[in-house]
Amino acid sequence: MSAATVAHNAKRLPRAGVAKRLVARIGDGPAVIGGIGNANFDLWAAGHRARNFYMLGSMGLAIPIGLGVALAQPDRRVFVLEGDGSLLMQMGCLATVAARAPRNLAILILDNGTFQITGGQPTPAEQSGTDLVAVARACGLHRATWAADEAELDRLIDLCLIEDGPHAIGLKLDDSPPERQTERDPPQLRDRFMRGMGAKRDRTLG
Amino acid sequence: MQTETRPWHAIVLEVFKANGIRLIPYVPDNVLKPLIAACHADPFFTAFPTAREEEAVGIVCGAWMAGMRGLCLMQTSGFATLPNALASLPCAFQIPALVMVSERGTLGEFNMGQAMVCRTMRPILDSLGMEHHTVSRLDECEFIVDRTIRQAFMTQSPAALILSPLLTGGKAVARA
Ligand SMILES: Cc1ncc(C[n+]2csc(CCOP(=O)(O)OP(=O)(O)O)c2C)c(N)n1
Repeated sequence: MSAATVAHNAKRLPRAGVAKRLVARIGDGPAVIGGIGNANFDLWAAGHRARNFYMLGSMGLAIPIGLGVALAQPDRRVFVLEGDGSLLMQMGCLATVAARAPRNLAILILDNGTFQITGGQPTPAEQSGTDLVAVARACGLHRATWAADEAELDRLIDLCLIEDGPHAIGLKLDDSPPERQTERDPPQLRDRFMRGMGAKRDRTLG
Repeated sequence: MQTETRPWHAIVLEVFKANGIRLIPYVPDNVLKPLIAACHADPFFTAFPTAREEEAVGIVCGAWMAGMRGLCLMQTSGFATLPNALASLPCAFQIPALVMVSERGTLGEFNMGQAMVCRTMRPILDSLGMEHHTVSRLDECEFIVDRTIRQAFMTQSPAALILSPLLTGGKAVARA
């Protein structure tokens, strides 16, 4: 079980770089769901894409939303950016994902050890030393692994594009702030995403 | 009107199909047992359990945004865990998330916990501004379920269908 120990060696990556690396590598096709907390801000700051969905509320539901998208469009890759605090709130969803085993779903756990957006308070998982990737594996996501550094993150993202999932990648992040904030207009965010996903036909408004 | 001979769960199942609802995430309830079993038995549906009702709402919202229709099954206690998820996801984003709730804790139940929780359901739905209808008669079942579902999709609004013990029989319990 070597990968489980990588958590302790994983480099703390600058947070803004993660969404940028993801978006740069995956191209236009995949859907990306940005969770509440700074995850959706990072995704927004990385440059809007037609197939991005930004959550503004419903803490912990980024992975369930991603699962729904993945089940609806099994031929499209779906990436979820979810914070550690948010995942902790809805940890049971890891078992739900493993039970459905969507081949096209990849979860990126953005683990900064804190509820950063609400003031940087440490999470109980941080205080207890909970290894969220080990939790994901114990829930049945056997491919879950920590990314030790940027190069490994790139390699793992590439694997998510070509190999069957469900995938889960744990990332240790630093405490730098997000670069921008998502525009807070939920119906417009939803409408753009649906057009990007082809769930609304007329693209002229997108 | 013709006399309705099908059981409530057969009616509901056919209305789901007629409206193209395929995805059925649920947290189980005893009264919903025949409906859940029927969804599993029919390859038209993708029915599966979730760990929490909130997850089911997230799944149905994600699926709808990607072109697949769904509905969440749960009991009253499960509904009571949902106000934050409903307010900040389907209500805020205008997503027709549908929930079907087996009404427990009323009309002859023994569980005080369920009885207390049951009273919160309609006030929560009202304060969220969510359309909700209670199905209590077999002859009204198809109409109420079908029209509520249709309106939810046409208006892009979440809605709740409450299945009364008057319809389902509820859970039979012995007199104290
Ligand atoms: C149910 C619920 N509880 C609390 C909050 C307040 N809240 C919003 S974001 C957040 C912290 C999110 O932490 P994490 O997912 O780790 O993301 P980070 O802020 O570290 O980027 C909290 C507590 C909320 N929105 N919903």
